[in-house]
Amino acid sequence: MSAKQRPLSPFMIGPYYRPQMTSILSITHRATGAGLVVGTLLMVYWLAAAALGPEAYEHAQTVLGSMLGQLFLFLWTWALFYHLANGIRHLFWDAGHGFELEKATQSGWAVVWSSIILTVLCWLIAAP
Amino acid sequence: MSIRTPLAHVRGLGAAKDGTHHWWMQRVTSVILVPLVLWFVISLLSVSRADYEAFQHWLSSPVNAGLLVALLTAMFYHASLGMQVIYEDYVRPEGAKVIAVLVTQLALFLLGAISIVAVLKIALA
Repeated sequence: MSAKQRPLSPFMIGPYYRPQMTSILSITHRATGAGLVVGTLLMVYWLAAAALGPEAYEHAQTVLGSMLGQLFLFLWTWALFYHLANGIRHLFWDAGHGFELEKATQSGWAVVWSSIILTVLCWLIAAP
Repeated sequence: MSIRTPLAHVRGLGAAKDGTHHWWMQRVTSVILVPLVLWFVISLLSVSRADYEAFQHWLSSPVNAGLLVALLTAMFYHASLGMQVIYEDYVRPEGAKVIAVLVTQLALFLLGAISIVAVLKIALA
């Protein structure tokens, strides 16, 4: 097969490879990573507004406090906690721990639930 | 029997030509980011609804400003490494891949510079 016609990842998922909980979590790690990169734009906007002075900062706070801003921040919070928790899961794998199928599934559910619980907890604390 | 030449084996650089450097730096930045992100989220909860003066006061602490600059540096470096891998896996042809990596890394480099200058401006005001 020539190099040009090689299939691109993730061609295996779907026709050849049944989606599994662990593979879904794996691609979600990438998706949340890319999403967090988009989220950095918001963070730079917020910091730059603060550097420009009180008026720009107040305006940024209003924008972030709007419905759309809050929705985006909520998703950002979950993506951050998911990527953080699953990143720690990856670090344990890098150290050679938790590769057994049963353990990988358990740690996967731990990541899902901890990301949801931490997100809700944050927003309960932040609620005025 | 290995089909690798002794020289390639000794260098240990593999097909990517730069060995484990990319992989290793992604891990180093992630280990640094774990405590920094937790600190940042806890800090955000205390300043998210604060007025300008309270936010300025928070950043006037050298510890807070230093940790935030460290977070931004590690975060944009980590983001740059991560996006590179995503493009390398999914973007073809080769030219589009190289352009995507370069444009994203340049953008992240600039965003990192802007955010750090912003933090320093507030911190030193």
